[in-house]
Amino acid sequence: MADTPLLKTPLYDLHVELGAKMVPFAGYDMPVQYDGVMPEHNHTRAEAGLFDVSHMGQARYVGDEAALEEVLTADLSALKPGEQKYTLLLNAEGGIKDDLMVSRPFGADGGLFLVVNAACKRGDFDYLGEIVGDQGTLTEMPERALLALQGPSAAQVVIDLGFDVADMVFMDARVIERNGVKYYLSRSGYTGEDGFEISVPEGAAEAFARELLADMRVKPIGLGARDSLRLEAGLCLYGHDMDETITPIEAALTWAVAKSRRERADFAGAGRILDQIANKPAKKRVGIALKDRAPAREGTEIAINGEIVGVVTSGGFGPTVGAPVAMGYVPTEHATPGTALELLVRGKARAAEVAKTPFAPHRFHRG
Amino acid sequence: MSETRYTKDHEWVTVDGGEGTCGITAYAAEQLGDVVFVELPAVGTSFKQGDEMAVVESVKAASEVYAPVSGEVIAVNDVLEGEPGKVNESPDGEGWFVKLKIADAAELGSMMDDAAYKAHTS
Repeated sequence: MADTPLLKTPLYDLHVELGAKMVPFAGYDMPVQYDGVMPEHNHTRAEAGLFDVSHMGQARYVGDEAALEEVLTADLSALKPGEQKYTLLLNAEGGIKDDLMVSRPFGADGGLFLVVNAACKRGDFDYLGEIVGDQGTLTEMPERALLALQGPSAAQVVIDLGFDVADMVFMDARVIERNGVKYYLSRSGYTGEDGFEISVPEGAAEAFARELLADMRVKPIGLGARDSLRLEAGLCLYGHDMDETITPIEAALTWAVAKSRRERADFAGAGRILDQIANKPAKKRVGIALKDRAPAREGTEIAINGEIVGVVTSGGFGPTVGAPVAMGYVPTEHATPGTALELLVRGKARAAEVAKTPFAPHRFHRG
Repeated sequence: MSETRYTKDHEWVTVDGGEGTCGITAYAAEQLGDVVFVELPAVGTSFKQGDEMAVVESVKAASEVYAPVSGEVIAVNDVLEGEPGKVNESPDGEGWFVKLKIADAAELGSMMDDAAYKAHTS
């Protein structure tokens, strides 16, 4: 691994030009920060932040969608043209192989557009290929970059560049052609803010990013603030807050398992997942608010009355909240908001409690 | 008459008589970004040069701060508890971490002075 050269996104040169501090992430050389995590975080909540998420995996699927549903929690037959859903990719035991976005931006007969996590993309696409076999065709799109523009000004910025998106609401997805370039837009993101994820051909990516950055409301944002923003939004980070040993129910993502799919019980691990819905899982992901200012990072042990009951899976300082925030797993009987916890930060017990998420309110544009 | 010495890990110690006031340098504070929490040792704790003495947390990560010289903690900067941002605003002033009673002044001899530290960080 150490000898594998890092991959570069189509925006690599731009990141360097903008003075980004670059770090290895999921096999890519990615910007972790430009001005600093705190100002970038705050700018995204106040105006609009531009994120390069081109390392994520993009693919199009055309074929029998019931075949895909074997390992996904969404009801694809209910996904209308122009809509997107957040869904989970399951292993045979109902554990989470990845979380992903699935949308139908290409019209009724155009198939599906998938966006998966960078670190999982090779495994995901191979797995999906095996699952569907000759019932459909999954085409990876490494020739497309992916940008996210997030924040309260994001929509106006995109509209001012000539995109007709005023009627799009949260989780709408469509293809918009502008100056001969096909952009796939979805009104979504992973910061808790209104905004868009925009897929663009790699050859047009840098020019498009420069157009966005030319707007005074837009600043480039690195992975550092991307993480603090999604943590405050109470959103799970794959490989941290969930993995193959965790079910959607344990991860508190039951809402992502479509009701119709529960009734049909036709997905991998359905027996285990439906049992957990009916009888509650043994442990559950919860939000955690700390009572003092010491951040509890991933791996921090969670105790109740001195007994270790769980572990923090994401944690840090929430600039918008103005305090440390975390997520972690605790036994379900201790998962009620307000339950007192101790977090063992460098051996010192710090008072905390189970808290509702999101920590910073979502501000999605629901129309 | 006081003098300031630096470590390669970007701590500073300003020596006045047998006491040393310690903190992290402007360079280190800049690298960390906005400091959100500082964990300081208890008064009375003794450290050897290079021991982990404090922890400074930015939004991004926790970083250790090492004792620039051996000694016993005789005071800590309680202001940082409520205002950790002082570390960024005034890293070599109000953002100091601890005062040590220096155990072995000879350790200072091998440390960097202003000019050497400037060269180290340029």
